Amino acid sequence: MELSNFAHYFLNIDVIIETFPALLKGLWLNVQIAVFSLAGGLTLGAVLAVIRVTLKRKETPWYYKIFNAPLGLYVDGFRAIPPLVALIIIYYALPYLGLSIPRFWAAVLTFIAILSAFASEIFRAGIESIPKEQSEASRAIGLSYVQSMIYVILPQGIRISMPPLTSRMVSVTKDVALASVIGVADLLKEARSAQSFLASPTPLILAAVMFIIFFFPFVRLANWFEYRWKQ
Amino acid sequence: MEALIENFFNLDVMYRSRMLLWAGVMVTLRISVLSLLFAISLGMLLAIIRSIGIKIVNALIIIYVDVFRAIPVIVFLILVYFTGPYFGLELSPYWAAVLTFTINGSAFFEEIFRAGIESIDRGQTDAAKSIGLNFGQTMRYVILPQAVQVVLPPATSNSLELIKTTVLASVIALPELMKQAQQAHGYFANPTPLVAAAIIFLVILWPLVRLTEYLEKKYGKIV
Repeated sequence: MELSNFAHYFLNIDVIIETFPALLKGLWLNVQIAVFSLAGGLTLGAVLAVIRVTLKRKETPWYYKIFNAPLGLYVDGFRAIPPLVALIIIYYALPYLGLSIPRFWAAVLTFIAILSAFASEIFRAGIESIPKEQSEASRAIGLSYVQSMIYVILPQGIRISMPPLTSRMVSVTKDVALASVIGVADLLKEARSAQSFLASPTPLILAAVMFIIFFFPFVRLANWFEYRWKQ
Repeated sequence: MEALIENFFNLDVMYRSRMLLWAGVMVTLRISVLSLLFAISLGMLLAIIRSIGIKIVNALIIIYVDVFRAIPVIVFLILVYFTGPYFGLELSPYWAAVLTFTINGSAFFEEIFRAGIESIDRGQTDAAKSIGLNFGQTMRYVILPQAVQVVLPPATSNSLELIKTTVLASVIALPELMKQAQQAHGYFANPTPLVAAAIIFLVILWPLVRLTEYLEKKYGKIV
């Protein structure tokens, strides 16, 4: 292939100028989905982790402990199931039960469920790695169980959780591109329509470059956490 | 409750879609095993090359790894499948998927193997050299056996992730499990096949989730 041909197909400036605004709008949708999913997933994950740690305590009466099983099922299930499968079931199957969720929120809901499952396990490992003496000591100085969780255990547990949590957050955030499969007009969807409309692969290349530029800092950040945070 | 059983666990629909789903399972398994094999081999090869320490080669490997870890797999898959032909690269959905998952997976496996290799003290390489082992022998008999312990937990978890991503091949119409389930869903106008597919995925992948957990506990997580 000649070079001019290559440029015509893959880096067609006219096409780039024409499609860039639409792609940018699509990326903005991706960002919104990501932000909602991260906020919801991390919060729910932390709550689940505290609940599961609390349920495991000796003092917890047995009739609370039975909730451990369904929670474990939720956590393991959403860690095992491919995100696209969960997304398609939530978007295409739930309406049969009279539960129609708009595309955007179906995507957010899916990613919240998945991230919360992973995050809860990561937080739980973090919390459980804090020596028992710490919670005993904080109880001895008069803090309640909840206070000792909030002021003593969680801050340390979260710190320990940071490296695996960051890489998981990156991978769940990358999944936002899946939203295009259920028709969310995100970056990938916009790029695909532009590609078939203009019969040019340039929009797809542009979308890929935009995704890479967008995620690159986060991949580096995850790396940084993995190698530097330890000290 | 009745609506739930009728739509999600409809035995009749499940029975009638069994052949479609079974064919899908086979494709999913084939594509998973093939991509895993290629991705692990390529990842290991890259990690070993990187450990030799030629600056310019390492820079290229780092770019490769970072780019393919940054790009969402579905974007890369669509790029390979739909822009490949403009490029003279006309792949069937099957091979486009295998190529995508191999390249993407190898980037993650490279990082895992590199961490494994780096976890072995430099002195061991020197010692191996001093007793007359060449580079290949040092790798084969000294470094790799030890690195496996460090590598096993993240590699298992990453294999799980790779098998999970093979679902994306449904987007380029490869008749793997999810695609077949979606087709059966359209045909019977009943989402039971989707639920069945999800259950099949759980049955295949849940043991891997447990295995990952077990290995992390046994060998310790690198945190």
